[in-house]
Amino acid sequence: MINLLLFPILLPFFFGIILMLFPKNLSVQRGGAIIGLLTTLIASVVLLVKVKADGIQAITLGSWPAPFGISMVSDMLSILLVFSSTLIALFVVWYSFSSIGKARESYFYYPGILFMITGVNGAFTTGDIFNMFVFFEVLLISSYLLIVLGGEKVQLRESIKYILVNIISSALFVVTVGYLYSVVGTLNMADIAVKIALINQPGIITVIAVLFLLVFGLKGAIFPLYFWLPSSYAAPPIPVLALFGALLTKVGVYAIMRTYTLFFTLDQSFTHELLMILSVLTIIAGCIGALAYFDVKKIIIYNIIIAVGVILFGTSQMNEAALMGSVFYLIHDILIKGALFLLIGIIIAITGTSNLRKMGGLIKTYPMLGWTFLIAAFGLAGIPPLSGFVGKLLIVQGGFQAENLWGSIFILASSLVVLLSVMRIFIYAFWGEPVEITPLTKRHYRGLFAPALILVVISVLYGVGSEWIVPYMNDAANVMLDPSQYIQAVLGGS
Amino acid sequence: MKTNDVILQTATKVVFFIIILFSIHIFFAGHYTPGGGFVGGLLTASGIVLLLLAFDLKTVTTTLPINYTVMTSIGLLIALATAAGSIFFNVPLLTHAFDYFDLPLLGKQSLHTAVFFDTGVYLVVVGVTMTIIQSIGDDD
Repeated sequence: MINLLLFPILLPFFFGIILMLFPKNLSVQRGGAIIGLLTTLIASVVLLVKVKADGIQAITLGSWPAPFGISMVSDMLSILLVFSSTLIALFVVWYSFSSIGKARESYFYYPGILFMITGVNGAFTTGDIFNMFVFFEVLLISSYLLIVLGGEKVQLRESIKYILVNIISSALFVVTVGYLYSVVGTLNMADIAVKIALINQPGIITVIAVLFLLVFGLKGAIFPLYFWLPSSYAAPPIPVLALFGALLTKVGVYAIMRTYTLFFTLDQSFTHELLMILSVLTIIAGCIGALAYFDVKKIIIYNIIIAVGVILFGTSQMNEAALMGSVFYLIHDILIKGALFLLIGIIIAITGTSNLRKMGGLIKTYPMLGWTFLIAAFGLAGIPPLSGFVGKLLIVQGGFQAENLWGSIFILASSLVVLLSVMRIFIYAFWGEPVEITPLTKRHYRGLFAPALILVVISVLYGVGSEWIVPYMNDAANVMLDPSQYIQAVLGGS
Repeated sequence: MKTNDVILQTATKVVFFIIILFSIHIFFAGHYTPGGGFVGGLLTASGIVLLLLAFDLKTVTTTLPINYTVMTSIGLLIALATAAGSIFFNVPLLTHAFDYFDLPLLGKQSLHTAVFFDTGVYLVVVGVTMTIIQSIGDDD
C-alpha cells in the first residue's frame, strides 16, 4: 500500500465533498463529519505505526521520478502533527454538536472543517514547497469560511482583517518561492536542500531564509507579525476558535521548523540567531498580553503566542535536546490549547459573558468543571507530572547547552506568567461570591463537557506516559538534526 | 420603464450555442493546444451569464434547472476518483494511463484518463462561477 501516507489527506477531502451534497440534512452532516474524522484518525494511526517501524515514507505523485513530480513525505514529525490535528478536529466536531447551532450547521460548517483538515494534513505531509503553498491556501480559504460563518458584526469586521493579512502573506509566500526557484531551480524540498548545500548558501539564500521567516511568521504569529491574531481569533464561535488556536498557527510553526532544519542549515549564525531573538520577543509580547486582559478568550489567545515563541526558541537552538523538546511542546500545545478553549467555552456558555469580573463562585455549582480546568491550567504551565513539563524542560536544557542563558531564563520566567494568567481565570471564575447564572440543561452540559474532559485526560496521559512517547519524539528530532535521512528517503540513492 | 430588448434576446439565442460549442472545443483541445478544463469551464459559465443578462434569473433557472453546488461537488468527486483510481493498481496517486483507440467516425484517437480529471475541473469551475454570480444576483 504505497499510497498509505495520502489517506489522511484524501479521506477528509472525500467526506467533505460528500457532505456538500446534503447541506440541510443535519444527521448526515454530523454523522459524516464524525465518520470522516474517525477514519482519518485510524489511517493516521496505521501510518504512525508504519513510520515508526519502517522509517520515513515518501511517494512522488503520478509515478514521476523524484525531483520532477510532487513528493509527499511522511516523517515522524509530520505524522505526529497529522495525528494530533485530526484528534483535535474530532473533539471539536463532537463539541460543535451541542454548541454551534443549527443555523451554522446547515451552511457548510462541517465541510469547512473537513476541508481545513485536508489542508492542514496536506501542509504537514507535503515535500514540495509550492505544494505547501497550495495546501496553505486550502486551509486558509476554509478558515475564511469558518471565521465569517454566522455573519455577526464582529465576525464580519475581523474576517476582513484576517483575510487581508493572510492574502498579503500568501502573496509574499509566492514571491519568496519565486526567489528561491530562481536561485536553486527546483521546488522539491529535498532537492532544494541538496542544491543549497552545493552552492554553499550564499548571501541571497540568507535573504530568502529571512523572507520565509516573515511569511511563516505572519501565519504563525511571531513577535512583530502577531498583531492580527488576538482580535481575529476572538471573533468566531468557540469550537472554531479552538480549531484555529490549536492548529492554524502550528502550521506556520511547522513550516519554520521544516525550512530552518532542512534548507538553511549551513550558515546559522545570522538566521537562527534572528529566530531566537524574535522568539524571545514573542514570548515577552505574549506574556504582556496574557496578563493585561480580563477577557478569558483573550488570555488563552495570548497564551498561543507565548507557546509559539517557546517552540521556535527550541527550534533555533539546533541541538538534540531542544529540537526534541520543541516537538514535545508542539504536540502538547495542540492538545492543551484545544482542551482549554473548549473549557472556557463552557464557562462562557454558563455565565453568558467572557468578562472575568462578572464571574464568580462556579466551583459550587460545577465542581467537576472547576477541577478539570485547574488540571488543564497546571498542564499548560508545565507542572511536573503533566504534559507541558517534559517539552519545556528539554527546551531549557537545550538552551543551556547552546549557552543561550538569557533566552532559557525568559522561558522559565514565562511559565510563571502563564500559570498566573490561567490561575487568574480559575480564581475569578470559580472562587469568590457566586453570581447569577443561567444553568445549562444536563444534556447540553454533558455534550459540552465530555469532549473537553477527554481531551484533558489525553493531555494528562501524554504527560504521565512521556516515557513511551520519547522514542517517537527522538525519531522526529533525529530527522530534523540530520536532514540527509529526509533527502535520502525522497531522492533515493542519488 | 419597460425596455424592449428583442434584439439582445434574439442575438443571445444564437450566440449562446456558439459560445457553448466553442467552450467544448476548447475543453477537448486542452491536451495538444492551449485550452483545457479551466478556460472551458469559464467560457461555459460566460455563456450562461449572457443568458442571465438577456433574460432574468427566474427564466434561466427554469430553463437550466441545475443546482450548482451539487455540480461543484460532483466535479470534485470525479477529479478525486480519477486521482484515487491509481490506489487500486498500487501505483502512486494521480498516475494516469492512456492508449490509442479506433473510434467510429473519428478514426485513430488517443484516450487519456487526464480527460476525466479535466472534466472534474470543468464542472467545478462552472459550478463555482455560477454559484457566485447567482447568489450575488439573488441578493436584495
